[in-house]
Amino acid sequence: MATTEIRITGFGGQGVILLGYIIGKAASIFSDQHATLTQSFGPEARGSACSAQVLVSDSRVLYPYVTAPQLMLAMSHDGYATHKDSMIEECTVVYEEDLVKPFDHGPKAKTYGIPATRFAEELGHKIVLNIVMLGFFGAVTGLIPHDALRQAVETSVPGGTEELNLKAFDKGFEYGMELKEKGEVKV
Amino acid sequence: MKADPNRVLTGSHYLDGNHACAEGAIAAGCTFFGGYPITPSTEIAERVSRRFPKVGGVFIQMEDELASMAAILGASSGGAKTMSCTSGPGFSLMMENFGLGIMLETPCVLVNVQRGGPSTGLPTLPGQADMMQARWGSHGDYEVIALAPDSPQESFELTIHAFNLSEKYRMPVLIMTDECVGHMTEKVVIPPADQIELVERKYTKKKPGEAWPYDPDDDGISPLLPVGKGYKFHITGLTHDERGYPVITAKAHEWNVKRLMDKVNDHVDDIIWLEEQDVDGAEVVVMAYGISSRVMQPAISRARKEGIKVGQIKMVTVWPFPEKRVRELAAKVKSLVMVEMNLGQVFLEMDRCAAGKCRTHLVGHFGGTVHKPDEIYDAIKEAVK
Amino acid sequence: MSVSANQMTEEHPMEKLLRMDRIPHIWCPTCGLGTTVTALATAIDDLKLNYDNIAVVSGIGCTGRVAGYMKLDSFHTTHGRAIPFAVGLHIARPEMKTIVFSGDGDLVSIGGNHFIHTARRNVDMTVICVNNFIYAMTGGQVAPTTPLTARSSTSPYGNYEHPFNLPRLAASSGATYVARWTALHVRRLTQAIAEAISKKGFSFVEVIAPCSTLYARLNKLGSGLDLMKFYHDNAVIKHGADVNEVDIDFQSKIIVGKFVDIEKPTYLECLNEGNERVLGDKYKPWGGCNGDN
Repeated sequence: MATTEIRITGFGGQGVILLGYIIGKAASIFSDQHATLTQSFGPEARGSACSAQVLVSDSRVLYPYVTAPQLMLAMSHDGYATHKDSMIEECTVVYEEDLVKPFDHGPKAKTYGIPATRFAEELGHKIVLNIVMLGFFGAVTGLIPHDALRQAVETSVPGGTEELNLKAFDKGFEYGMELKEKGEVKV
Repeated sequence: MKADPNRVLTGSHYLDGNHACAEGAIAAGCTFFGGYPITPSTEIAERVSRRFPKVGGVFIQMEDELASMAAILGASSGGAKTMSCTSGPGFSLMMENFGLGIMLETPCVLVNVQRGGPSTGLPTLPGQADMMQARWGSHGDYEVIALAPDSPQESFELTIHAFNLSEKYRMPVLIMTDECVGHMTEKVVIPPADQIELVERKYTKKKPGEAWPYDPDDDGISPLLPVGKGYKFHITGLTHDERGYPVITAKAHEWNVKRLMDKVNDHVDDIIWLEEQDVDGAEVVVMAYGISSRVMQPAISRARKEGIKVGQIKMVTVWPFPEKRVRELAAKVKSLVMVEMNLGQVFLEMDRCAAGKCRTHLVGHFGGTVHKPDEIYDAIKEAVK
Repeated sequence: MSVSANQMTEEHPMEKLLRMDRIPHIWCPTCGLGTTVTALATAIDDLKLNYDNIAVVSGIGCTGRVAGYMKLDSFHTTHGRAIPFAVGLHIARPEMKTIVFSGDGDLVSIGGNHFIHTARRNVDMTVICVNNFIYAMTGGQVAPTTPLTARSSTSPYGNYEHPFNLPRLAASSGATYVARWTALHVRRLTQAIAEAISKKGFSFVEVIAPCSTLYARLNKLGSGLDLMKFYHDNAVIKHGADVNEVDIDFQSKIIVGKFVDIEKPTYLECLNEGNERVLGDKYKPWGGCNGDN
């Protein structure tokens, strides 16, 4: 039983929960995996810091919360700083490089940064920042097949925004693949 | 009777427990929902309010939970399948008319997405501390049926089951879920409508003038009388006779209350639903319900790998309590363990039924989060000593 | 027309609408409830309504027992909750006439929130409130309608709380029909109940009724008959009166009449029109669940 624990953090309004939802949906509906999403509720999900947890596994997820996450998607520095110490040593951090500055990771950690907000703005709307992050995450981690993620994007975003969101996904994914080929890992 | 295909979202979905519960209600044929917003249950009401207009049904946001519960009884009396959802504080308010539903014998489903209490407590975090309130929350003697889902998939399935039980036994049925399951998103497979079996409401076969509202069939369940069909029947929350007329005597009260109790107690074999694993030959049996029955599993697997003979019982129904089964097991095992997100509620029933024949252990929790598997593992180690 | 003594004893004129197997009723002699129930039964008859198509819902208290005496589909619910129960019943069976018949304590104290919200939504139902200024079933306690200075078992030195003016409460909450009569005005009350039942929307009739056992006794007002005489001498008929001017003080003039009679779409009309407007063909209009059983 291999389970990957993922923590997603950001500000309210960045689409943190949707990002978690798409990862979970891609894994459990469009790929042959199990995925459980839980999220922080209450005032914090409607404004300031916001976080979601996704557990992706090859068998049924029994314990629904992260305990020692292997993976983090960070879109705010505060969220990153709050949760970084709960990560395992060999963790992977996928982060928005203009918003998050990773620090104090051991040699076994991998960190992948992307200027996702700038890419999203170039594509026409800052709102797709989370989907750029998703594509990037898909490429650098390889945890969930590309096609499953893409299908999950297509079926989860608001009607009429599919094209923009898929472009955002592709942009993030391409950037991730390039980064991986270059072997560029910033710490 | 099969579900209406227009009401069933057949397919695989990625849904949270609350949305899945709403889909279960719609698939079950619910056409009236009276509710009042309360965290962490509100998504059920929100989904129903979006979906009902397209499949047929009325969602009404009532002025409070007292009204919500009263309205679902009124609409059910009018022939609708009805539901409401709430959480702790609202559940307290609903207990008044939950009792009326028990007394009038009105089918309906009430969902409590449990959060931490007492009072306003922890609106956004889970608990299982309303279990005794579910059992005894309204005044007087009565039996209840309460189901506890452990996942969005079960939230869908058990909601349909709850409607079926409520129609079959002509009484309100409780779904005691919690914030963790309600807000947890997972794959939910909704089958085709023709694979969803629904229990039809049992109406009297007698003619107007010959039928009374509390005239039980051989199974102890009284067929309902339809409104607007000339039966001109009366029902009351007062102690009543078979005609539904108030009779304020000890004798009438015994007849009335005994029937309310018997219709559940005489059918416990049909109602009680336990999922047992490795119970035969076990030295320790761990019991739990809802989310706790799920988070206990890694601990049980670990203990079993270490050679401990540990079995498990997931209580899909919590009420009525599986009294007979616990008595049987108490005579065979070293220890019974109850895992629940409260400080000992259903545990007390288990302990009572064990009657000193085996040791009993509570793995309680204040709520706010689910148990850590280690806590459960440690309890198993202790229980097997 | 002459009626033989035999006929008079054997056949109650309202037998078809009363559960004769439950008579005699529990109400005290000279209580205003008997008259009010007769007014309802007569109104139903005058309107030539199909008895199968009427539901009566009551709460708790002396008036709460009305549902139990009407030979109609009738529901005796919990204290204060007659209206929300009736809301559910009405939505499930919009083709039926839903009548809530209850007392002042039940409807506007413990049930006050339901009263104002159901009027606000303009749910198509008739609410008949028998106001005897006191909690009678429980032994004469102060009510939200008890006039200033009036005594009750829990205001032994006189009531010092301002009472509700029920027509104003109903009208300001959104009722489409508001009338007040006393138990003495039998014909006018009957007519008002008939109008209220026929009225589309939330219609409200307040009936000022004598409670000789408690209200009259605790306030030394004489017998039930004395209270009827009081109504005779002090009720002032003023149709269309401003509801702000119909407050009732202790043993003051009582302004009666029809105060409000307006047209407004009902809850279910608004529900269907609102959803149709936005969803078009995708909307499945709600017509109740009569076909389901």
